[in-house]
Amino acid sequence: MNTIEQYIASSPWDDPAETPFISFKNVTKRFGSFTAVNNIDLNIYKGEFFALLGPSGCGKTTLMRMLGGFENLSEGTIKIDGQDMAGIPPNKRPVNMMFQSYALFPHLTVEENIAFGLQRDKLPKADIAARVDEMINLVQLNKFAKRKPHQISGGQKQRVALARSLAKAPKLLLLDEPLGALDKKLRQETQFELMDIQEKLGTTFVIVTHDQEEAMTVASRVALMDQGQFVQIDTPSNIYEMPQSSYVADFIGDINLINGAVKSKNDENGTVSVNWAESQLPITGATHQTLASDQKCVFAIRPEKISLSKTEPDNIANKFKGKILDIAYLGNMSTYNIELASGHLLKSQIANSRRLSKREFTWNDEVWVSWTETAGLVLDK
Amino acid sequence: MKIQRYLLIVIPYLWLLALFLVPFAIIFKISLSDIAISIPPYTPTFDWSDGFAGLSALISEFDFENFIFLTDDDLYWKAYLSSVQIAAIATFFTLLIGYPIAYAIANMPDQWRPTLIMLIILPFWTSFLIRVYAWIGILGQEGFLNQFLIWLGIIDAPLVILNTNIAVYIGIVYTYLPFMILPIYSTLEKMDGSLLEAAQDLGCSRFEGFWLVTWPLSRPGIIAGCFLVFIPTLGEFVIPSLLGGSNTLMIGKVLWEEFFSNRDWPVASAVAIILLLILIIPIILFQRNEQRLREQQGE
Repeated sequence: MNTIEQYIASSPWDDPAETPFISFKNVTKRFGSFTAVNNIDLNIYKGEFFALLGPSGCGKTTLMRMLGGFENLSEGTIKIDGQDMAGIPPNKRPVNMMFQSYALFPHLTVEENIAFGLQRDKLPKADIAARVDEMINLVQLNKFAKRKPHQISGGQKQRVALARSLAKAPKLLLLDEPLGALDKKLRQETQFELMDIQEKLGTTFVIVTHDQEEAMTVASRVALMDQGQFVQIDTPSNIYEMPQSSYVADFIGDINLINGAVKSKNDENGTVSVNWAESQLPITGATHQTLASDQKCVFAIRPEKISLSKTEPDNIANKFKGKILDIAYLGNMSTYNIELASGHLLKSQIANSRRLSKREFTWNDEVWVSWTETAGLVLDK
Repeated sequence: MKIQRYLLIVIPYLWLLALFLVPFAIIFKISLSDIAISIPPYTPTFDWSDGFAGLSALISEFDFENFIFLTDDDLYWKAYLSSVQIAAIATFFTLLIGYPIAYAIANMPDQWRPTLIMLIILPFWTSFLIRVYAWIGILGQEGFLNQFLIWLGIIDAPLVILNTNIAVYIGIVYTYLPFMILPIYSTLEKMDGSLLEAAQDLGCSRFEGFWLVTWPLSRPGIIAGCFLVFIPTLGEFVIPSLLGGSNTLMIGKVLWEEFFSNRDWPVASAVAIILLLILIIPIILFQRNEQRLREQQGE
């Protein structure tokens, strides 16, 4: 088990010599005149928890259904474990899928649902019973084994669906918006359960979701899709901290985006100064792109990286004066909407480490916003 | 408020009382009477002017003679048995033909389904009698079917179909097919398509997927359809008398003959009472199936 964890921790996707477990080559899928997936290349490695993320209609579900064998490719090849999947029907693939609607068989009990796939393999009865027991224990449904799907709750159905798809010990498990129907608390619990199960079994998971928080929580890597193509494929922390475009930055988490133009580059530490408003000092931020002078660009900064202070802070690259427009209290933190002198609006998130009554700032207070020169990112437009 | 609620319940019960229980009681009374050459053709009759004394006099003259007669003459139980047999076989063939049609319609693209269902219902717009008469023209010795088969060269001499049990089966299957198709279609149409994908994903071939998922899930529709065909077929009179022959024995026909040829109302009423008792069993089973279906949907 540990070896799979170590393998994933070693970031096999960075090593071109590694053989991927799943590979997409020039995969295209068209429905009539609509191109759902447009010429995609993708490698997924053994033991990964890979998340396909994107707005609805971006092609992520189509991509997964092609892996499961429910859609034929218009062009390109998909290989799983080295084997070309062209023409192989779903029932002959080493893949199981957990459906968005769970697709539990309403006429079968929880037990029979879980046993369904095993019975198709014509295993001996005793083996099937043992495996079903094991699965029921794994998802903690012992009390509900004899019930029909309409007699259990949404969360329990979702666990039955998971157990059923895991029962055949597939090499690859596909999860289509698996937690969409659950309320937030149950969803978070289940996310951790999923990760536990994945670590225990070492199965490769591919999950489709439109919930960026879910993708960030569970995945080893996240592929962000838009209009049938990948926008960025990276680890959750990279996708959050180093988005490659303002689309990614905007899609993942909260962010402030300020349009501007490159003023100068500081070769010493790789930072860039950006002109963003008249009669204002330029903003300095980090970049991982090559930008030319005067090029139009976007300065992106996460709300939690902006500090607030009543007095002018010292020794900090970026500081501007503003006024608090609103405060949204979220419990663990508060979001401040601040209007700068230039008219730009900035969001700042501050952890509520003190009780509310001791809060420093209130509505209409004049404050200083500030951030370090590497806190924000400069991205081309 | 409470009165309104009772009123609401009372209406269907009044309906049932007026249109089922009262006629049933009258028929039951006649079945206990004796045949007489009079108007009405049975005795005793109840005279309202005699009051309570008349009623008790009436009851004292009742007997179960007619029911006993039904067991004496083997015509009747043979007719019952043959009716059940014909109804069962016809129901089976209706299912055999109806299921694939319902399945095909349910799997058609959305925009086609209402039209196809319309086509299934369309024959109802023509009189049932005319449609059965039309079959005489098709199935007769000189009918379209024989002419067509002879023209094709498949047969040399015309087949005898009309006035046999085969014609009765054809008539029943044709007439009651929509009652089989519609309930099956409605269960198939509601089925979640991802269930079949899940079955395939778990290792089923297409046929196994149908057999293990689609078929059991359409069972409530199959049961409903079978009862909807079986129950009216059991007492069917028009089809066997128009298409059937002299050896087609169905209880509906016997009933008709007792009433109109023999003018033996008491025996005819006894036949009707027994038919009703036989029908009540499948009707109760049908209601229980419907109940279960509703419970399943009401999850």
